[in-house]
Amino acid sequence: MTSSLNMMRWVEYLVFLAIVIGVAQPAGLYLARVAQRRRTFLDPVVGPIEWLLYRMLGVRPEEEMSAGVYVICFLAFSAGCTLLLFLVLVFQRYLPGGPAEAFLTTPMTLDLAANTAVSFTATTTWQAYGGEQTLRYLAQVAGLVAQNFLAGAAGLAIGFAFIRGIARERSATIGNFWVDLIRALLWVLLPLALIGSLILMWQGVPLNMAPYTLAHTLEGHPQTIAQGPVAALEFIKNLGTNGGGFFNANGAHP
Amino acid sequence: MSDSGEPGERTTPAVFPPPPQAKLSKQVRPVILSVLVLTLLSGCVFPLLLAVIGRPLFPRQANGSLITRGGVVIGSELIGQEFSRPEYFQSRPSAAGNGYDGTSSGGTNLGPNNPKLKNGAADFSGIQQLAEKYRKNNGLPQYAPIPIDAVTRSASGLDPDISAANAALQIPRVARARGWSEEAVRRLVAIHTKGPQLGFLGNARVTVLELNLALDQSPGGAGPPKSR
Repeated sequence: MTSSLNMMRWVEYLVFLAIVIGVAQPAGLYLARVAQRRRTFLDPVVGPIEWLLYRMLGVRPEEEMSAGVYVICFLAFSAGCTLLLFLVLVFQRYLPGGPAEAFLTTPMTLDLAANTAVSFTATTTWQAYGGEQTLRYLAQVAGLVAQNFLAGAAGLAIGFAFIRGIARERSATIGNFWVDLIRALLWVLLPLALIGSLILMWQGVPLNMAPYTLAHTLEGHPQTIAQGPVAALEFIKNLGTNGGGFFNANGAHP
Repeated sequence: MSDSGEPGERTTPAVFPPPPQAKLSKQVRPVILSVLVLTLLSGCVFPLLLAVIGRPLFPRQANGSLITRGGVVIGSELIGQEFSRPEYFQSRPSAAGNGYDGTSSGGTNLGPNNPKLKNGAADFSGIQQLAEKYRKNNGLPQYAPIPIDAVTRSASGLDPDISAANAALQIPRVARARGWSEEAVRRLVAIHTKGPQLGFLGNARVTVLELNLALDQSPGGAGPPKSR
């Protein structure tokens, strides 16, 4: 019994290792194509969105940036995201939708909002909040889910630029931050998270805006069950190597 | 490649002709708009797209895998609930709120070398007290080994499952309380035991609510006792 269980543990480790090794090369080659703006199979789907975003933001993708301009753009973008997330968290009580105020027993204080905003935009993603007792659904989605994506994409962009800095010789520029950011988002994080989140939903992770459900247990006690758009957050949380989860118990829930 | 490091030997992958350089003064608009537009894209468009695709595909899961009986929600497949009567299989102990609180997930956060975890305190049952109670409830001898999930609170306090070994130890008690043969209960437990995921991930487990519901709904449960 024990020896067969031990065998199972080894199979777990080996399968995990095999997946990591197997994925490393194709994933790396794909990322390189994304960073170098070469053709990929996703171009027909996300190419038009990329073009539209450049137009909206006023970005000229053929322009390159010096390391200084690149870093300033990155820092300004992160600062802007921190401010926006802070405002979303502080004013979350004005957002429509659940959960009911009665369940939000731990208030979102100014210092907690500042802590959360800074740590999420820096991909530290420290979960100092209680999830189901503190956050409104829309704050979770428009605030935290967005930063799970954007902080991750900004980190990927910096990675692209860093590698260019090493690989290029006699070049005054290391790429364009906006191009790297948008391509990391459109070609890597968003499509992977869409597929991954659908798999999580299939396996039971909820995605709704419903009020918390009041159940009457088999023994006749009332039990309130927390709900919410959980699937939108869980996969990008892991993909972007972030930490803060939807519920207080985070990845251990249930 | 052994004598590498000679400058001038390698080809230079410099960008040629040099691309136009972005001016810092032109970056104000992208900074402001990117924060707003990309937040909308990943924080609103993405969840909506996921909902539009995912909710019709997996409606039951999307709404929390709720279990209803006679039109009344009795719980969720994913959320453990309290069972204290002997005729029901019992869930793992819980530290969520005052126990099994679906709006207050959490564990004890007691480290393995914290004496409180083992010995308990005035208002807190340690592993020792939980084990004593478990052995007493299930008519086990004083030092009978018990599975660890029976005497530890899960990290969320809402673990819906118990280990197959935990369920097996509770079979005699449930059978006696219901007046069934142990064999009948064991058969039902076997039906509701799930093996390791994909055959190798984790351990065999039983979802407590699902099993207890099956006990209540099986003909042996509603009718007079001692029938097979």
